[in-house]
Amino acid sequence: MKRKILSPPVLLLLPAMIIIVAVILLPLLLSLYTSFTPFKLTRPDTFYRFIGLRNYERLFTDVYFWAAFGRTFVVLTIALNVEMMLGLGLALLVNRAIAGQRTLRTIMMFPMMFSPILVGFQFKFLFNDNIGLVNNALQSLGIAQAIPWLVDEYLALFAILTAEIWSSTSIFAILILAGLMAIPRDPIEAAKVDGCTVWQTFRHITLPYLMPFMFIAMTIRSLDIARAYDIVQIMTAGGPARRTELLWTLISRTGYVDANMGLANAMAYISIFLSIFFTWYFFRKLMAARRYMGGAQ
Amino acid sequence: MAVVTLEKVVKRYGPLDVVHGIDLDIAHGEFVVLVGPSGCGKSTTLRMIAGLEDISDGTIRIGDRVVNDLPPRDRNVSMVFQNYALYPHMNVAENLGFSLKIANRPKDEITQRVAEAAGILGLDDLMDRLPGQLSGGQRQRVAMGRAIVRHPDVFLFDEPLSNLDAKLRTQMRTEIKKLHQKVKTTVIYVTHDQIEAMTLADRMVIMRGGQIEQVGSPMDIFHNPANLFVAQFIGSPPMNLADGVVTDAKTVRLENGMELPLTADMAGRVAAGTAVVMGIRAEEMVFEGHGDAGAQSTRVDITASLSEPLGNESLVFFEFCGREWVCRMFDPRPVEPGESLGVHLNMDRVHLFDKTTEIRL
Repeated sequence: MKRKILSPPVLLLLPAMIIIVAVILLPLLLSLYTSFTPFKLTRPDTFYRFIGLRNYERLFTDVYFWAAFGRTFVVLTIALNVEMMLGLGLALLVNRAIAGQRTLRTIMMFPMMFSPILVGFQFKFLFNDNIGLVNNALQSLGIAQAIPWLVDEYLALFAILTAEIWSSTSIFAILILAGLMAIPRDPIEAAKVDGCTVWQTFRHITLPYLMPFMFIAMTIRSLDIARAYDIVQIMTAGGPARRTELLWTLISRTGYVDANMGLANAMAYISIFLSIFFTWYFFRKLMAARRYMGGAQ
Repeated sequence: MAVVTLEKVVKRYGPLDVVHGIDLDIAHGEFVVLVGPSGCGKSTTLRMIAGLEDISDGTIRIGDRVVNDLPPRDRNVSMVFQNYALYPHMNVAENLGFSLKIANRPKDEITQRVAEAAGILGLDDLMDRLPGQLSGGQRQRVAMGRAIVRHPDVFLFDEPLSNLDAKLRTQMRTEIKKLHQKVKTTVIYVTHDQIEAMTLADRMVIMRGGQIEQVGSPMDIFHNPANLFVAQFIGSPPMNLADGVVTDAKTVRLENGMELPLTADMAGRVAAGTAVVMGIRAEEMVFEGHGDAGAQSTRVDITASLSEPLGNESLVFFEFCGREWVCRMFDPRPVEPGESLGVHLNMDRVHLFDKTTEIRL
């Protein structure tokens, strides 16, 4: 009889484990290690020089890094809130449509069908100060001066946010619509009989039912925006003069353009905390909202 | 005071009429049950009274107010739904007090009225629970409590017991009846279960196809059904029927050739030659040796096909005139399938229905 080295469960899971170790765990450990080295892509020998926490120490006093960090946080907050409000509005409107609701739903999802790169190009064109449609339209309304949409710090962030919101509001709308369609009719009718106005019914009954759906959308989108790269890279590339620098444009430039992979990885590990914070926060909210809604019927 | 009046109330969905102009007066404090098979318009009627459905035509009055165009919140009615419709994110106390909170009542009053309702329904120990943590019967009680706290003019119940198991349903039925005796408010109650209707109602309204077939007290409807539909719908087991013709000799000749003598009273009312459906309830027939069917009885021989012992009585099934009949055997003994038995029909309690109009003669 052959001696059993591994028990069948371990044996069966082994291929999956090997793949996970190879494609996730190893790269993760490797990148973590490089964040403790001055690794430059152009000088392979630096890979073996261990410098401890020096990259991190340097980052904690790096104004540009923290500016990008803060900017990402602000963009994230604004985009999430605006997208949620607009998505909620859209979902409520589409939910009221008696005829053609399927068509409306499909149309609503159009922005999701475009690659973020293309959305970036499109909005870069729209907001171009010389030939862009926005300035063109403003000019025909009598505002003679060309507005430097993609140059001014706040206007550029506004333009980026507009593109981001345009392309992703439908994710909120679709998820909230799914929530609206799943609401049982009875509690809403009970609320009406109980004396609620339309607004009170929405506030006290509909909204609590929608909360889990909103938090799921928030979680997904917070991860999306925290890693925002493509639209920003295309529209402003973090510039001009770092005025629209977000975390990932900064990290990618540090890593690939400046070839400072060690430092870039250190930045990435710090920024992961931002994502983890948002995910943790929304998941906690989600769990709280779901506790009420689970098994109540 | 809340008298509810329906005048020629119509509900139309596009070209389809679901409720065909019904008239109904409900007195203050009365317990009225709308009963009928599914799709008869009873729930729609109730929802029109609640204000959850528009009224296509006609008038609904609560008290002396026409409420046709009032939203539900201005009608001062409470409704208990089949699926309880509790607010899942509020605990029992919040569920009970929600309508008062919405109406901006002072906190003290809310607490006091919630406590009062909880006391009536025995919910005191459950106040902090969420609906998801309650059993079906408890949820139903919370739903009723939510209706009580508002001191409404009218209670509306939409099949409130259909989701409960048989034992709980019987128990809650009793509680609803007791509740009505305590609060003495007008109740309109919809059900498809005729036993629920019989036990609860002061007055029953039998509906079919969007029309009212008969209105009356349960006993009145049971003993004097207006037509064949009501006769079959009310009573369990359903009334036994046989086709036949009334003859000159004051008898009814059934399809199988058997002639049964009619009472003088009945023969006087129904002209000879009328095609009829004869109906008799399972309890108006007595097996030989198991009681007395009265002076006007007539004997028929049958072959039992099945017997269902219920303890105090057995239901014996047999074929008669091409239909399945069922008869109660009081003080029962075991009956084998295929056994021949004699049955006495109490002809005094036989109903005749016109075969074409289905109206009772």
